Amino acid sequence: MNKSTKMSELSVKHLLGIKYLNKNDINLIFETADHFKEVINRSIKKVPSLRDITIANIFFENSTRTKLSFELAEKRLSADVINFSASQSSVKKGETLIDTVNNILSMKVDMVVMRHPNPGACVFLSKHVNASIINAGDGAHEHPTQALLDSYSIREKLGDVEGKNVVIVGDILHSRVALSNILALKLQGANVKVCGPKTLIPKHIESLGVTVETDLKKALNWCDVANMLRVQNERMDISYFPSTREYTQQFGVNKALLESLDKEIVIMHPGPINRGVEITSDVADSNQSIILGQVENGVAIRMAVIYLLASKIK
Amino acid sequence: MSKKVLLSSKEIQIILHRLACQLLENHVDFKDTVLIGLQPRGVFLAKRLTNLLREDYNVKEIHLGSLDITFYRDDFRRGEKTLEASKTHIDFLVEDKKVVFIDDVLYTGRSIRSALTAIQSFGRPAEIELLTLIDRRFSRHLPIQPNYRGRQVDAINGEKVQVLWEENDGQDIVYLINE
Repeated sequence: MNKSTKMSELSVKHLLGIKYLNKNDINLIFETADHFKEVINRSIKKVPSLRDITIANIFFENSTRTKLSFELAEKRLSADVINFSASQSSVKKGETLIDTVNNILSMKVDMVVMRHPNPGACVFLSKHVNASIINAGDGAHEHPTQALLDSYSIREKLGDVEGKNVVIVGDILHSRVALSNILALKLQGANVKVCGPKTLIPKHIESLGVTVETDLKKALNWCDVANMLRVQNERMDISYFPSTREYTQQFGVNKALLESLDKEIVIMHPGPINRGVEITSDVADSNQSIILGQVENGVAIRMAVIYLLASKIK
Repeated sequence: MSKKVLLSSKEIQIILHRLACQLLENHVDFKDTVLIGLQPRGVFLAKRLTNLLREDYNVKEIHLGSLDITFYRDDFRRGEKTLEASKTHIDFLVEDKKVVFIDDVLYTGRSIRSALTAIQSFGRPAEIELLTLIDRRFSRHLPIQPNYRGRQVDAINGEKVQVLWEENDGQDIVYLINE
């Protein structure tokens, strides 16, 4: 063909975590996402690229946004999609993870998007089954597509991620979004700070190249972007802070606090928001917030990841 | 590897003028016509023709877009590497318009097949025409023929046609390369 088609590909066969990616991979995903973002803003938002690919979405843990976003991304690429939730499955009858997935794969499925409460579940699966695996969140470990869409949103808003100051505020200990975000941001050359109650910041987190701040106002004055995380009550077996009210007073962002800063910062949130806890409604809905932009970018990023991984299935 | 000049810069100039005149003959004021350059290499030709029509033939308003067909290709996962996309830029509706696809070389016709699918995402055109600088005869995989052609070439399968443009490659020239 008389086309000098430029070519490049991901260094990985699965998306198990940001840990396994390099900077070129992230750039390629972002460039591909740019094209898909244009596609999903057309009046007909669908391309036929993946018409011979079947994808199983396997969710062993609840999700609305991520599941919808993945499903939409798959459908926009014309893939066939099957959905599976653990609550209505044979897992309840005692089937193992590998058996469950292998049974699904024997129905000729090419790719698996999985969310699981146990850290490392996707890595384990990738070693035992013959399909491309995308991690849609494994316990408190990683949530790579969320981190990618967060960085992509920063790049879109501020032009670049490199050299930017990003603070991640809240429940760092139980958050897979935090770990994946730290890894992705560091890989792209951003400066990262974490901020939250001491009880919710893991020991030795400095070894990831981040700094710790317990004074929210200081952290916000330092940053260009604040990524506000949700307090994950469902993962807390003990009490990590005296009361929600006290947490909000110290680590919640409200309009007055934002207005008292020296500069205008960008507010992000991976959702779901607990309005009035980590962030007030007027902040979440303000011009400084790019929360809904993140959701839109999520579809484009997931299309890019699925497209790039699917092109490696032979 | 041997390299033969198929078209010189001067010949390309003459052909561009002829193609512009042929477009003008069929589309007159370009009111209901849109020109779509196919990414990546058809865009240069489309821009050249548009400029020519504007400057030398006094066509005031002319809609030009570029269409990327990567996600519509029928060889996804069939080659060694990932297909990488280019930018699509169409800021108008093609609904009920006469669309002219513009590409540098017509070979198997598969790119055009993809473009026919891709353009549907932007509306239902009244009709679609095809303009190519080089038409490689006898090498089609699909029943697709150009409405406007610069030069017809009988190239065998081992041969390659390379179109270079001044703004991108330093000079206007078309080579026939035997590998």
